[in-house]
Amino acid sequence: MLIKIALKNLLGARLRTILNIFVTAFSFFIILLMSGIYDGMLQHAKNVTIDTEIAGGAYWHPNYDPLDPMSFENAHSIVPNEIKLLVDQNKAFPVLVSQVSIYPGGRIMPAILKGIPPDQNIVNMPTQSLNGFNDGTIPILIGKGMAQDTKLNVGDSFTIRWLDVDRTYDADEGTVVYIMDTENFKLDMNHIWVPLNIAQSMLAMEDQATYVTYKNGLMEVDNKGDWIIRDVNYLVQDMEAIIEADKPGAQIMYMILLALAAMGIFNAQVLSIFRRGKEIGTLMALGMPRSRVVTLFTIEGGLNSILSAVATLIIFGPALWYFGTSGIPLPIDYTEMGLMMAKRLIPVYSIGLILSTTILVSIVVLIVSYIPSRKISNMKPTDALRGKAIA
Amino acid sequence: MNKKNSVIKINNVTKRFLVGGDYFFALKNIDLTLNEGEFTGLIGPSGSGKTTLLNIIGGLDSATEGDVNVLGHSMDNTSHNERATLRRKYMGFIFQSYNLLPVYSVFENVELPLILNKIDSNERAKKVNQAIEWVGLTDKRDSKPNMLSGGECQRTAIARSIVHGPALVMADEPTANLDAENSHNIMQILVKLNKELSTSFVFATHDEKIMGYLRRIVHLDDGQISKDEKVKNPKYN
Repeated sequence: MLIKIALKNLLGARLRTILNIFVTAFSFFIILLMSGIYDGMLQHAKNVTIDTEIAGGAYWHPNYDPLDPMSFENAHSIVPNEIKLLVDQNKAFPVLVSQVSIYPGGRIMPAILKGIPPDQNIVNMPTQSLNGFNDGTIPILIGKGMAQDTKLNVGDSFTIRWLDVDRTYDADEGTVVYIMDTENFKLDMNHIWVPLNIAQSMLAMEDQATYVTYKNGLMEVDNKGDWIIRDVNYLVQDMEAIIEADKPGAQIMYMILLALAAMGIFNAQVLSIFRRGKEIGTLMALGMPRSRVVTLFTIEGGLNSILSAVATLIIFGPALWYFGTSGIPLPIDYTEMGLMMAKRLIPVYSIGLILSTTILVSIVVLIVSYIPSRKISNMKPTDALRGKAIA
Repeated sequence: MNKKNSVIKINNVTKRFLVGGDYFFALKNIDLTLNEGEFTGLIGPSGSGKTTLLNIIGGLDSATEGDVNVLGHSMDNTSHNERATLRRKYMGFIFQSYNLLPVYSVFENVELPLILNKIDSNERAKKVNQAIEWVGLTDKRDSKPNMLSGGECQRTAIARSIVHGPALVMADEPTANLDAENSHNIMQILVKLNKELSTSFVFATHDEKIMGYLRRIVHLDDGQISKDEKVKNPKYN
């Protein structure tokens, strides 16, 4: 019965209901969009890393620690046989890593040199650009960020100086053959990519590698020597740690948006009860107990949230769908700032996000509907009938 | 419930309010008995305690001292919920400013007491249509209050007050906002209902136009009953 009356009240008070619903629906929309963008950003960063760097996983030389460049010197050996077999079957490719110094424009800069087979097609990198270059210098592939830092353009040459396996310093000229535009700053910042055979020759490490990246869906080989398998879960764990570390920030943002929505609804509800004092008094005079009047107003708030969810779907659903498929273009390139962000932000709306947002917003709406409604229970019917405001 | 004889029995009722540290007596030692089917007016100037007495009878307010027995129920010993039940089932209210719910149509406003009493929809529709017919608003049943004149609003309020067949209807200044013609129309409807349904009516008013319809006039002055007279031949009744 109360639901019927509440629905009638809501539908009857057209403009007031429309405004309430619009405010709540807009809050729903903003919460979903912002959370979707945030989830999308994180998922995009993970996908980009897997697509351009990790593939199915990697076998690492036991001494290799990507976060410690000093370890590179001792992190190389002949690839174990079974892993080599994967390489021969084009199911994996080796990478040789070394610290080098480069001299672009006469300045000295530390860099990480990585030798990669130009013909690999396991990760999404334009390594083919390293093929067919034979002017006597070392063909170099760099990222856009690195090119900006070093002020290098395609065709520019610079000196590379390295320490070979015999601990002898050597140097040669390298020429930028391609500048890749990648969203994975880990392939870009301070990295120079050269053909694997040239890297092996430079470092006097014939047939050696630091790690081997393999295709997605391969089983772990039995005989991998002392090399260590690093699966996707391991390789994305730093990314997930960043995501985890960033969660409180996202939750604060979520709470702020929710609080804004709640304040809007709370205000609307307080105003509604303030203005409907006479109506409350009339309902009491007609024999509706106070507790039921409180329930009636709380139900009105609850129905408000249900109608708002429907309104979000109808009014803002097309916008959410559009942004979810076409993305939101970013005015600047954040990869230059060391952030792994797409050129267009594509929100991801998971079922979990939609359900949790709907449930949370509904609970908040119900609470903020109940709190002012509770004031009715302190109202004297005679005061209410006179339209006297709640104390 | 002893409806046949006394509908309202009030013994030595006092109502006082604390105003600025002093007590203001709205009612002083009121004794009053109203019987079934009576058409009674509480008459007096503003501030004489008419509305306060009406609110106490209706259980919307409580007496500071004294006993109030309405329709066989002692109002002193009943909870808020019990009083609400009593109002919902056996009482009807008519207010000076109609107190119609603005978002409801005439039909829906009149239907509300029946919804609160959980009457099924078919019976509801039948009773609402009958009540609307009694007050002559059949052609306005789907209109919202803002589309009605003052007289039509009050007629809607009357239909709402009698639709559930109450034993007692209380009307607080029902004609105060109406012109003479509408006031007479309203009073004629109420007299007709009183006769046809045997419903008891209590009015709080200082409107001279109403006097000619009342069969009993209780004069209130400064919170006390100054005169209680029965009118043998009311002018219009």
